Amino acid sequence: MRRSPLASTRAASGSRLPRRHPGAPRRSHRNHSRPARLAVPYVFLAPALVLYGAFMLYPVGRAVHLSLFDWDGMGLGVFVGLRNYADLAADGALRASFVHAAVLMIFYCAVPLVIGVIIAAVLNRGKVRGLGFFRTVFFVPQVIAMVVVATAWAGIYAFNGPLNQTLRSLGLGFLAVDWLGSYTWALPAIGLIGTWVEIGLVTVLMLSGMAKINPELYEAARLDGAGAIREFFAVTWPCVVGETAVALTLTIVAALKTFDLVYMTTSGGPGNSTTVPSYQVYYQAFRLHDVGMAAAIGVALTALIFAVNLVVNRLADRAEA
Amino acid sequence: MTFTKPGIMRRAVGVLALGTLGLAGCAPGSDQDQGEPAVTGDVNTDGASMGDVELILWDQEVRGSQASQFTTLIDEFEDTYPNIKINRVEQSFEDLSTTLALALTDPNPPDIVQANNARNDMGAFVGAGQLLSLEPYATAYDWTERFGETVLKNSRYSSDGKLFGEGNLYGLPQAGEIVGVFYNKEKLADLGLSVPATWDDFTAALEAAKTAGETPLMLGDVEGWPAVHVFGPIQGAHVPPDEVTALGMGNPGADWTTPQNVAAAQQLADWATGGYFNQDFLGGDYDAVVEEFANGTGVFLMAGSWVGAVIDEQMGSNAGFFTPPPAQAGSPKATTGGTSLPFSVTSGSKNPDAAALFIDFITNLHAMEVLAETGNLPILHTAELAPAQGVWADVFAAFQDVSDTGYLLPYLDWATPTFGDEVLKPGLQDLMSARTTPEEFCAALQEDYAAFTAG
Repeated sequence: MRRSPLASTRAASGSRLPRRHPGAPRRSHRNHSRPARLAVPYVFLAPALVLYGAFMLYPVGRAVHLSLFDWDGMGLGVFVGLRNYADLAADGALRASFVHAAVLMIFYCAVPLVIGVIIAAVLNRGKVRGLGFFRTVFFVPQVIAMVVVATAWAGIYAFNGPLNQTLRSLGLGFLAVDWLGSYTWALPAIGLIGTWVEIGLVTVLMLSGMAKINPELYEAARLDGAGAIREFFAVTWPCVVGETAVALTLTIVAALKTFDLVYMTTSGGPGNSTTVPSYQVYYQAFRLHDVGMAAAIGVALTALIFAVNLVVNRLADRAEA
Repeated sequence: MTFTKPGIMRRAVGVLALGTLGLAGCAPGSDQDQGEPAVTGDVNTDGASMGDVELILWDQEVRGSQASQFTTLIDEFEDTYPNIKINRVEQSFEDLSTTLALALTDPNPPDIVQANNARNDMGAFVGAGQLLSLEPYATAYDWTERFGETVLKNSRYSSDGKLFGEGNLYGLPQAGEIVGVFYNKEKLADLGLSVPATWDDFTAALEAAKTAGETPLMLGDVEGWPAVHVFGPIQGAHVPPDEVTALGMGNPGADWTTPQNVAAAQQLADWATGGYFNQDFLGGDYDAVVEEFANGTGVFLMAGSWVGAVIDEQMGSNAGFFTPPPAQAGSPKATTGGTSLPFSVTSGSKNPDAAALFIDFITNLHAMEVLAETGNLPILHTAELAPAQGVWADVFAAFQDVSDTGYLLPYLDWATPTFGDEVLKPGLQDLMSARTTPEEFCAALQEDYAAFTAG
């Protein structure tokens, strides 16, 4: 194993302490005992750690704890081990909610990524005037509260809403359906709202990634006779792999934790065709008073989000290397 | 980096095992007082002698006419008993039902709460020992005299919360609710029809409306529960009332798979597939569809009395209301209905006497007059307090009629904790879009009901 230069100088100096400049003032902490010195980093860490522990680690631990109980939120909980998880795996309706979340991932991640990259590439390559304006326009959906977005889109999808009115005025009245009441269309309809929201995020991320690319690379590509498309795949795309990973991470999280859209637009219906895990957490905890099952779904969802994003980031790391 | 994999695994398993032991140790809820609360000794009904008291009240009387009757009554109460102050926490029905469980487990819970009658709400709170049995007060204030048993049974539970409809009294309601049929008078007259006297007449009227190119029935079921109020009356016309009551209250002894129940489900499915509803009945918004009806779309709207205010305001004398007719002309009518959310006293209340005094005050004869004056359907003396004309007059008369001579059937989603949201609402949507057969629909309901009543 090759030693780093720093390690060898340290070894040569015969001391494990960092070397000081001659004449540097002696710090008082040298006189402190070893345990006290070891404690110093933790003292500095403490404020953040306490906050993080109290508001992140403790709730997560508590959720895992609760997921092992049969508890109605009021009386005394009964320890049931992993039974909630077994019930979760066995319950068709709960499993279906995870499938719906997977479908939403297509609409929240894949579609916005493709569209967002194209928009960003066009804006970037075309050196469009008023780039700031377009960036703002595309990003606006991200800023609006999801409840507002959901209410507005529920109006758009209404049977006599703008979407169907447009279809009818174009002579396409046969395409006008009861979007949110359709077993076929309700889930894609919710997904498209997600697409609309996430395109802006992806576009802005990609624009910032593309802005960092050295123009000489494009010059070189052009001298080699590359067209716009060749240029995109040879220069632009490889340079924004990192941004792609970030965009995917954020949109996957958004897709899997979707709650407000479903709550505001379809309440999980028609039938159970648009239930999602986060909706089930709310429903199990606050409607059925089954806090243990709600916590189990939440923990499973967290694990799933973590696992999917781990894979995405591993792949991105490999692609970048 | 030389520690071995088995070593890590062993340590990890050890940590997990220890953790699990620790987790099993302190069960959630173990830090709360348990046990059956009770009012001991004599109850005090003399407000002036109670000293200075502040009562915390959690309610959902926030919509138009509800809000005005309630603020009026609170003001009058505080004027009558200056030593008792009402500290009100008001929120929407949805917010109240999701936060109430947390509020009740607080060491200092509210004194008075509005708890939904359902097993999931009042039943669960009673089972957890969080609501006070009002029996001593019912005797002291003669509430059993004031309210008939048909009203009181909707707020009765056994003290373990297991039996619904009998046992101790846990709350009192102010207003009545009845699910019936609103209709557009002009359109009904144009069809050459009058208010149907039998269920078959009603079905024939729907068919006539469809033939004439009208939308027979309006429904906006995106939230799932509005269809329950269509199915309830259909069931009332097909199934004996005592069976519906047992099914609706989740008490043993009935069966969802009887031919009558299947026939009721079949009829709803036929209506839906036969085009009796507006095209967007599954995805339509409830309030928006009620508004559409009030603006002149559709002939009939099966809904609860609570939408009467909106309809009255927009349609005026063109709107009417009738109780869903019985199978045979002249036999007792049966429809979904009951009471507004009852007011309960929490077992953690430090002033249960004052809380009961307040509940008595907002449900006495004078309170019923205030309710009627402010556009609500008072649960008592309904016919006497009815307005002279308009759709409200019909609603008042229908409620009095069914209360006296018919059957107010419980809301079906009261039945079991999972029944409404998990089985009935998605089940009705599946049934109406022909994704399940009436037999499958009834079998799914029976499975949930049987599993619950079996214990």
